[in-house]
Amino acid sequence: MGGVHPPENKISAGQKIIALDPPEQALILLNQNLGAPSKPLVKKGDEVKAGQLIARGEAFISSNIHSSVSGKVLKIDSVMDASGYKRPAVIIQVKGDEWEESIDRSKGVVKQISLSQKEIIEKIKENGIVGLGGATFPSHVKLMVPEGKKAEVLLVNGVECEPYLTSDHQLMLSKGEELLVGTSVLMKGLGVDKAYIGIENNKPDAIGHLSELCRQYKGIQVVPLKVKYPQGGEKQLIKAITNREVPSGKLPVEVGAVVNNVGTVFAVYEAVQKNKPLFERVVTVTGKSVKKPSNFLARIGTPVSMLIDQAGGLPENAGKIISGGPMMGKALLSVDTPVVKGTSGILIIDEAHARRVPLMPCIRCGRCVDVCPMGLEPILLAQLSEHEMWDKAEDQKIMDCIECGSCHYTCPAGRPLLDYVRLGKNKVGQRIRNRGK
Amino acid sequence: MNTLTISGSPHVHGDDSVKKIMYGVVYALIPAILVSVYFFGLGAVRVLLVSSIACMFFEWIIQKYIIKGPPTINDGSALVAGVLLAFNVPANMPSWILIIGAFVTIAIAKMSFGGLGKNPFNPALVGRIFLLISFPVQMTSWPKPSALFAGDALTDTVTGPTPLGLLKEELGKGRTVPEIMQEMPGYVNELLGNQGGCIGEVSAAALILGALYMLIRRIITWHTPVAYLGTVFVFTGILYFMDPLQYVNPLFHLVTGGLMLGVFFMATDMVTTPVSRRGMWIFGAGAGILTVIIRIWGGYPEGVAFAILIMNAFTPLINRGFKPKRFGEKVADA
Repeated sequence: MGGVHPPENKISAGQKIIALDPPEQALILLNQNLGAPSKPLVKKGDEVKAGQLIARGEAFISSNIHSSVSGKVLKIDSVMDASGYKRPAVIIQVKGDEWEESIDRSKGVVKQISLSQKEIIEKIKENGIVGLGGATFPSHVKLMVPEGKKAEVLLVNGVECEPYLTSDHQLMLSKGEELLVGTSVLMKGLGVDKAYIGIENNKPDAIGHLSELCRQYKGIQVVPLKVKYPQGGEKQLIKAITNREVPSGKLPVEVGAVVNNVGTVFAVYEAVQKNKPLFERVVTVTGKSVKKPSNFLARIGTPVSMLIDQAGGLPENAGKIISGGPMMGKALLSVDTPVVKGTSGILIIDEAHARRVPLMPCIRCGRCVDVCPMGLEPILLAQLSEHEMWDKAEDQKIMDCIECGSCHYTCPAGRPLLDYVRLGKNKVGQRIRNRGK
Repeated sequence: MNTLTISGSPHVHGDDSVKKIMYGVVYALIPAILVSVYFFGLGAVRVLLVSSIACMFFEWIIQKYIIKGPPTINDGSALVAGVLLAFNVPANMPSWILIIGAFVTIAIAKMSFGGLGKNPFNPALVGRIFLLISFPVQMTSWPKPSALFAGDALTDTVTGPTPLGLLKEELGKGRTVPEIMQEMPGYVNELLGNQGGCIGEVSAAALILGALYMLIRRIITWHTPVAYLGTVFVFTGILYFMDPLQYVNPLFHLVTGGLMLGVFFMATDMVTTPVSRRGMWIFGAGAGILTVIIRIWGGYPEGVAFAILIMNAFTPLINRGFKPKRFGEKVADA
């Protein structure tokens, strides 16, 4: 159902992952997950090592945060995040690169899974794993299946349907074995014996590589998927692989599925098998005018400016810097914003394409309705939001919108449909929460 | 340091625009324009020019002096309306009547609702119906088609009935369909455009060619045309099967009158038809049923324009009642 085909522009697809040195100063935001911010455990002047717990997630939906570098805590101050808000962050002056001794830094892949189901979930929680596909939902919460529900299958999301981004692709090529062990770990943690790895057909090398490897792993199967945006949306992936539709307002486990992104699976492998907290991730740095489009393994807290420098510097004609992909990413206000656990890429758009297309009147062509992967009517939702008709917007399932942006992408009149729908979701969400009180 | 643009996602846009869509429709009309000039000569050229220029003029002047908005003349929609209005009149239509039609099309049917995208009814069809009711004689005097520069092509003096008009008239006199069909131009001529009628509607073949172009460029989808043509074919087919002496072969209905023009260029008009696929099915089927009812039992020989306008009126209701299938609406079995 629905979907669009934006130009893929996977310029950095062939670039092997390069591990970057730690930055001079790491800015580690205290809110790196969907849910409550974490509580800092360090203060000014404290010496820290890479992998040391520096903030604890205390709420049910929250996560631990670890230092990504070694050095001294300069201060806890506010730093601009990708949304443009000033948020508290631990700022660390880097000295050397000393890691916690508990981390297994050996090269080999640890295949033997020795921990129990409960211990696996505990390890994932302890090491601060969150969904790296972008939503940053704490992973251990996903593994705790609510009473009365049953997980039947684990889905690993290797779709990477966002144009430009290649971090997951490279991870699948270079860390295939680790991903499959990580998948097995998650299967055990979830108590399921079946896992599917969904990959779009535009990555035949990754499909071939993982299909070959997974013969040695019980219950894991690679599923090639049609190239279509947003094939990697959680609900779309579940539909594509299991043919089940998650009902409106429900979680994937309602239909027995739990989805994890390949980046998350790799982090789970490192956390459980190598005892390594999540403090670095693969970030694609790309754009049509970027000199060296790259896939970097970057420490959390690395300023975006450093990534851009490593990719050949900010192009002369840069008009927009996006954290994430072009369909769902956020336009950054500042290059000082640091990498967080949810940063999948940095995309630099030329000045000529940075601005929106000219606005025309809606001609009711219905293309937004055609492409909506959730079967909604974006034009209707946008009109209801415009006129502040929140009850009607709720009736028309505005909260089901996954904000994929296909409607705005395809609109020949350049209507800012998603802007209005986001506004409506915000208002309707508030009203639903107030009702619960 | 560069100035950075900040805006919400998405940050890329598809390469289609309202203007490209409108001019795409104009390109799709070219085969039918050529056929109209071939069969109706300079009369067709005059009608096309007068209608297009008048429509664009009214659009420009109203936008500038009454709406006082940015110019909209270049978006292509007034040109589309102009060509479509011309397609809906005979080649010998006096220019002054045509200009009145253009005024009704643009000023009343389009701009008074706020312009592009706001009108509930198809502007060219409103113009056509206005002329049909106000100037019935001029609107139903059909010059006989003849190949370009052959004999009386330039004079437009010889007039004859349309096949649908002839059929209705003769059936009224108590004759049977097989008898009347002897006097018809025949399916091949009707398909190619060698029949009496409005300048743009005579050639089903040329209109289908344009429609294919629009389908390939995804300016229109197949849902409404298939629903519309299918309904007309099945409905008239059932009648033909029941009594071939009273009811004509369904193929005749497909290649005569304004059906192909209406199906592909008016029933697919984005502004005045439903937004969802489900809605398009309803719209097409409804227009098909109404067309057949008017053609067979109504007072006019042709019912396409009325049928589409009536369905235009139902469009808001269809949009309300026939929603796309929501994701997760019904849990599919694994």
